[in-house]
Amino acid sequence: MTNKNSLTQKSMSLYPAKTKMQVTIIFFVVLGIYIFSMYKTQEQMVGGFSGALGNMYVVIEKFFPPNFAILSAIWNSMLETIKMAIIATSIAGILTVPLAVLSAQNITTFKPLYYLTRTLLNLLRTIPDLVLAVIFVGLFGVGIFPGILALTVFSLGILAKLISETIESVDMNPLEAMRASGGNVFQVIWYSLVPQVAPQFTSLVLYVFEINIRASVVLGMVGAGGIGLVLNQQLKFYNYPNAMTIIIVIFATVLIIEFISNKLREALL
Amino acid sequence: MIEFKNVGLVYPNGTEGLKNINVKINDGEFVVIVGLSGAGKSTFIRSINRLVTPTSGSLLVDSEDILTYKGKNLRKLRTKVGMIFQNYNLVKRTNVFKNVLAGRLGHTGTLRSIFNLYSKEDKALAYGNLNRVNIAEKLYNRADELSGGQQQRVSIARVLTQKPKYILADEPVASLDPPTSHQVMTYLRKINKEDNITTIVNLHFIDMAMEYADRIIGMRAGEVVFDGPVSEVTEKTFEEIYGRSIREDDLRGGAQE
Ligand SMILES: Nc1ncnc2c1ncn2[C@@H]1O[C@H](COP(=O)(O)OP(=O)(O)OP(=O)(O)O)[C@@H](O)[C@H]1O
Ligand SMILES: [Mg+2]
Repeated sequence: MTNKNSLTQKSMSLYPAKTKMQVTIIFFVVLGIYIFSMYKTQEQMVGGFSGALGNMYVVIEKFFPPNFAILSAIWNSMLETIKMAIIATSIAGILTVPLAVLSAQNITTFKPLYYLTRTLLNLLRTIPDLVLAVIFVGLFGVGIFPGILALTVFSLGILAKLISETIESVDMNPLEAMRASGGNVFQVIWYSLVPQVAPQFTSLVLYVFEINIRASVVLGMVGAGGIGLVLNQQLKFYNYPNAMTIIIVIFATVLIIEFISNKLREALL
Repeated sequence: MIEFKNVGLVYPNGTEGLKNINVKINDGEFVVIVGLSGAGKSTFIRSINRLVTPTSGSLLVDSEDILTYKGKNLRKLRTKVGMIFQNYNLVKRTNVFKNVLAGRLGHTGTLRSIFNLYSKEDKALAYGNLNRVNIAEKLYNRADELSGGQQQRVSIARVLTQKPKYILADEPVASLDPPTSHQVMTYLRKINKEDNITTIVNLHFIDMAMEYADRIIGMRAGEVVFDGPVSEVTEKTFEEIYGRSIREDDLRGGAQE
């Protein structure tokens, strides 16, 4: 009785006091880290910008005009990069299906299995793509194969995570209906889960494909094949006009692919 | 026949969903379960197809205790016991025909169902059932293009395609307006009589229970507090089940004359 009275008198808060306290503490800790890191970077950036402006002129002078005579020669490497991205995205797209299902809490109700796949995927995602490439190049030598492997592992980490989150947000009602009509696990998934995630799945695979095109350029620079490898060679020989042509080709390719993939994704959702 | 023998169910959080239930439901009956929100109606119905599992007693369906069922046995039970839901539970992005054919899942091999290799008979059955609930013209519409009443009819066609011996319906009309509610209940009743499918429906509208049921089971706080033919039921009975006087919102209204 007295308890009730004191609650109404104090004008009840929307959140429990404990939650409020926790949120406040987290807020100040984050703010503190933010201010500290701003201060530290400022110290190191002294003179950074003015120096960069001066360098800019030198760089532009060296890189221009680009040497378009090599266009036909680099075309193959560009195609190789695109192929790497396509193969890696496809393999990852297939492998991601079981992994995403197993790491979705609403489908994999057997907790140990769920935690196992979750942890595996988290580990996978902590390894940067560049490190993967260096490892695979070390193992298999310079070429397109280690590049594909690195990209596959890299995109598997992202895809499985994003797709398992899509799976966790589906409407569970139709799944219950399929289970109630005697369907087995595969039938339940195929009939009521797949239709719900298919558009998102395709859209995410296309998105990862875009990322892979860009990533494969970078990976090429550490020996994983494709246009990145050629770019790296030209830069090493100080052949800046050639390098510039390659950069322009990459730029154009990425733009075109992003445009196509964006149009496809718009049509899907 | 369905028989509850001293059935109890305690949820993992300690809530007692069912307390010592003893009920026998005969073949061909149309039973309506009534009770306030939280009385245990859904728990009762969902025990029969093991969407929830009672923690004590035994539950016999066709004289076999289903509480021990796992895997294949469980799926077989579920092909025999069809279910209709308050929110229709159709796959919204899939067309009506495929939704109805999903009723065959329990009878179809995994590969056949994944590649849509349904037999001519299955397709004819699905189409025939859509006709029975007068919605065959929506065959290739996506489920989310239909109204609530139409979706519930599709879900009835789906459950019929399963060729069940029992139909469970958990608040099948709670999301529908009065005329549509009566339409859906009329279909359920008609199917019960024509195909002799034992039907158990959860409702919280008193007038609808009285209009469609053969027999009414009243629940309160996980217990069966009334069980008898509809002829024995009066307003007083409902007041006892609900533990309060009857109000306007306990009635759906709009009965078809
Ligand atoms: N999964 C669950 N976990 C824990 N408790 C539950 C669960 N499902 C139901 N309950 C509890 O069991 C009791 C009976 O619930 P049930 O859903 O069977 O009631 P109901 O009669 O169907 O009510 P309504 O008319 O609101 O649908 C309630 O107290 C409810 O809170
Ligand atoms: Mg309920």
